[in-house]
Amino acid sequence: MNILEVKNIKKKFGSTDVLKGVSFSLEQGQVLAIIGSSGSGKTTLLRCLNFLETPDEGEILVNGKLLTGKNLSEEQIRQNRLHFGLVFQNFNLFPQYTVLENITLAPSLMKQASPVEIREKALKLLDQVGLTEKKDAYPYQLSGGQQQRVAIARALALSPQVLCFDEPTSALDPELTGEVLRVIRGLKSKENTMIVVTHEMEFARSVADVVIYMADGVIEEMGTPEEVFENPKSEKTRAFISGTQGAY
Amino acid sequence: MFMPVTLQLLEGFWETLKVFALTLAFSIPLGLVVCFGSMSAFKPLRALTRGFVWVIRGTPLMLQLIIIFYGPGLLFDLPAMPRLTATIVAFAINYACYFSEIYRGGIESIPVGQYEAGQVLGMTRQQIFFKVVLLQVIKRIMAPMSNEIITLVKDTALARMIGIYEIIWAGESFIKKGMIWPLFYTGVFYLVFNGGLTVLFAKLEKKLNYFRG
Repeated sequence: MNILEVKNIKKKFGSTDVLKGVSFSLEQGQVLAIIGSSGSGKTTLLRCLNFLETPDEGEILVNGKLLTGKNLSEEQIRQNRLHFGLVFQNFNLFPQYTVLENITLAPSLMKQASPVEIREKALKLLDQVGLTEKKDAYPYQLSGGQQQRVAIARALALSPQVLCFDEPTSALDPELTGEVLRVIRGLKSKENTMIVVTHEMEFARSVADVVIYMADGVIEEMGTPEEVFENPKSEKTRAFISGTQGAY
Repeated sequence: MFMPVTLQLLEGFWETLKVFALTLAFSIPLGLVVCFGSMSAFKPLRALTRGFVWVIRGTPLMLQLIIIFYGPGLLFDLPAMPRLTATIVAFAINYACYFSEIYRGGIESIPVGQYEAGQVLGMTRQQIFFKVVLLQVIKRIMAPMSNEIITLVKDTALARMIGIYEIIWAGESFIKKGMIWPLFYTGVFYLVFNGGLTVLFAKLEKKLNYFRG
């Protein structure tokens, strides 16, 4: 069964159609890479999935359960969000908390487990992103790459069913993107379903199971990395792919 | 003469301190209420609150003080409030309005990403405000708040308008005995007290320096 189903999502900002009907589905453990130029609606799509934006039309289902609907209460939206995790472009760590506290804050507030268990899980996640020795540091003491790795651990602490990344390396210096991409690559497993909005074509090609190329608020092309990168069907996709390669 | 003057000034300074401390105790939380009103998504409430802040900040505290003390009796035939109560009511409302604008500036300066990070982590609105945003706001408003609080120390002198025997009144009473130095002496009280506050604020700011942002 599909873990995630997105059906005909539409979103307008004022008179601008940002998403003009986007549909796709994902199976558990799949990694979806969404590529496309800025303004194509990639980020808005992720924000709709995380209920930071309310789609005007369309449905979002996780494990067959419909999450979207009219007049959702604040509490329902909060519960819906927990199916998804989101790693932001700008990390958005909480500056007044240590690395460990950033990770344990939300699970503790939700009393998801005992404080000891929450802490142990956080330490395990920190180990996974390679930052155990930074557990007591404050965000300002970390490099951008390290902050983003903490943000990934923070999102994982809530065990979301679908983890989303919104251009996770766009705010980083080029030499720091590798460590973050390595961590994301390392998360790929049977359990972790991920959606990565990215400009890193090589990463999309090598890690993703499915690639979506978005343009002007629609899915212009969707397929395996080979299909999208090697044999794009649409002219637009071809132009975009060759454009990104032409940079070198 | 030094001891009797000191004793009398201390008596006045005690009144000054009462006005200062009680005003702070009420206006700091009240300011938050006014602040939420002025940021409310419910437009009539927002307009009403902002109009109220405009009136309070746009008219002299001295005028507000006199109206609050004499107004109820003259307008509605109500018994006058005790002098200190009227003073605290006027001061607390006045300072709450100033504080609310400082709070608003602080809250609005927090990047929207902090709220969104809290939201996607499933936090409630209250949790986001109290666990994520508040301390960052406090750090950012320390400097303007200390300014305002030091101004309050000196504004307390206005309470004499409705008969609070504060320290300047106490010092001035020696003029008719031909003494000017007690007035300078009152200045020393203010200086020392504000010096202490300045040190305290510097300490608080330093304490919040453990993080940036």
